[in-house]
Amino acid sequence: MNENIWILMSGDAIAIATTLILAALGALFTERSGVLNLGIEGILLTSAISSFLAADASGSVWLGLIVGSLIGALLASIHAVLSVVFRANQIVAGLALVIFGTGLANFLGKPAEGKTVTTVIKPISFGPLSDIPVIGPIVFGQDIITYLAIALAIVASRYLFSTRPGLELRATGDDPATVDAQGLSVARIRIRYTMIGGSLVGLGGSWLMLAQSAGWHQAATTNGLGWIALALVVFAGWRPMRIIFGAVLFGFTLQLPFTLQAEQITFIPSAFLEMLPYLATLIALIALSRPGSRNLLGAPRALGTPFVRDER
Amino acid sequence: MRKNHIKGFALATAAVFGLLACGGSDAATDTTMAETVTTEAVTTEAGDDYSMIKVAVVYIGVPDDKGWTYQHEQGILSLESELGIEVKRVENVPEGDEAEAIMEGLAAEGYNLIFATSFGYGTPMARVAVKNPEGCFQWATGAKFLLTAEMGGEYATFGDIPANLGTYFGAAEEARYLSGIAAGAASPTGKLGYVAAFPIPEVIRGINAFTLGAQSVNPAATVQVSWTKTWFGPDTEKEAAESLLAAGADVLAMHQDTTATGLAADAVGAKWVGYNSDVAEAAPNAWLTAPTWNWGPYYVETAKAFAGGTCPSDEYYGSMADGMVTLGSFGSSVDADTQALIAEKAAAIIDGSFAPFQGPVMDQDGKEVVAAGAKPELLDLLGMSYFVKGVVGSPKG
Repeated sequence: MNENIWILMSGDAIAIATTLILAALGALFTERSGVLNLGIEGILLTSAISSFLAADASGSVWLGLIVGSLIGALLASIHAVLSVVFRANQIVAGLALVIFGTGLANFLGKPAEGKTVTTVIKPISFGPLSDIPVIGPIVFGQDIITYLAIALAIVASRYLFSTRPGLELRATGDDPATVDAQGLSVARIRIRYTMIGGSLVGLGGSWLMLAQSAGWHQAATTNGLGWIALALVVFAGWRPMRIIFGAVLFGFTLQLPFTLQAEQITFIPSAFLEMLPYLATLIALIALSRPGSRNLLGAPRALGTPFVRDER
Repeated sequence: MRKNHIKGFALATAAVFGLLACGGSDAATDTTMAETVTTEAVTTEAGDDYSMIKVAVVYIGVPDDKGWTYQHEQGILSLESELGIEVKRVENVPEGDEAEAIMEGLAAEGYNLIFATSFGYGTPMARVAVKNPEGCFQWATGAKFLLTAEMGGEYATFGDIPANLGTYFGAAEEARYLSGIAAGAASPTGKLGYVAAFPIPEVIRGINAFTLGAQSVNPAATVQVSWTKTWFGPDTEKEAAESLLAAGADVLAMHQDTTATGLAADAVGAKWVGYNSDVAEAAPNAWLTAPTWNWGPYYVETAKAFAGGTCPSDEYYGSMADGMVTLGSFGSSVDADTQALIAEKAAAIIDGSFAPFQGPVMDQDGKEVVAAGAKPELLDLLGMSYFVKGVVGSPKG
């Protein structure tokens, strides 16, 4: 047993979890308002390449993160308009966004092909704290966005369950007619949170690009993390705090095959372990796409249903 | 999926037919190891007429990937400059039916010499070849044998496979062995790591050749393998690389298509042996060298042959001797003595007096798999499914 390997794995699991936390939080805000956005993977990819191009041109990671977040909000606004204004089928619109986002990202990424990310987000130095055995590299070895992601999840939890706007958000997802009767605009709330959600996904994609990836590698850059994020929201029961733990758990699972190989533990086939997160995602997505199972899992009751005042 | 998972196996079967055209050409005898042969003298002699050939290439990825497709692009560029013709490129073509539609479209547009750079293009390419008997079709990493019904293909017998279809690939294990020498010499601990894509003969052969090369300078050297199950997955490659480094490896080699392994090694001051392309600039401090491909001469010769009226329909298996397989530039951590040793071994490989798998070779359990002094048959190499002694990990993935 080589403890270095396990320490490294824990640190990496938390790092991988950062994209998942941000993307899942984005999906959670969107879904809490009653909009199902399956286009997370497409948003992740487009914001990732946008952040690369912006950071590369400006030399500033901050500008990269901002541009990536804005692009995320912009793409989500397309979904918001389609599903809220035009009341399109949200599953179809979301899948279209995946295809559109992937194509757009590949198009934008042309000049970045073969280039290395040089403007990168570095871990924060906590001085002697980072040198504490075991805890140092895991807890004090991360970068600012990782800490921010965890903080955001905590704040999101407070916001959702202890503030008036949070209550309005939840009500919009559960019972839009009541919100409408209160004199609030369901459409406006849904568009707003779909865009806020998109910007969080965009931040996740930008971080993935600027802190984790060596370069732009088309769809392999995100490698399905957007889908895992969607599943994470289901497993977390649409609660932000649980997303943190779920994301770290998925991070561990994604890292585990390599840790076991490094430890020369081979009695579990690594292909089986590699399959697990995606198998879990598949099950969650099936559940998510069926209204019956969706409600059983505690989804917002109006999730995926366009609001039409006359049907009240 | 990029490239293919079973191309090593494909080649194994190709060998059955003894169709290999290992060229004993003199192209590379004066090649110094530090450079790849990419340009040759411009030889567009008067009388050469290439107006009747229209060349197209189907890429599995993008020409700027700094890996597999990039190397093919270099070959295509030298084809363009030497013959003074323009080549049509189609990028990011998925394997399967879509590839067939694209190649069919190219043929309809009048492209009569088409190269396809991935294993999965074989069946679609053969179908298009049947419909366009005037055209010439070349399938990289493929083996025509696999298209027979016996192997699950569409043709009842080998003779039914279209004659205007050829294949091309090469013996990367030769350069793998040499890169292993550089790695073994650069590793103080003798603990090397290898980020590997899929447990198939092509990859296993590379790992073994690399290990034997490292052991030739450090008999106690070990190579720990981490399988990623992807050709192209930067995050996955990075995780595998970091795990190997944490386990104590101080030099990493790879059979992957991105530079993620190199960056991970660089981050902790370890060394790196790349693959496919000479991309020292990605991590100059970590860079040792890399087995690379030089497709240019093959592309040029094939186009010339076709212009002369012959569509090569054999299975071309290149080597260091004909220059298809080369070794990249050396990083600063490869000292002069090591470079001289590598140059010496390279010369021996090229003149045929040495082969990477020259016996005695032991497998992981210490069983002798190649007898002392013997050289294994090509078929045995191409179907290789065991790890040699000193490799840590399972050849089954």
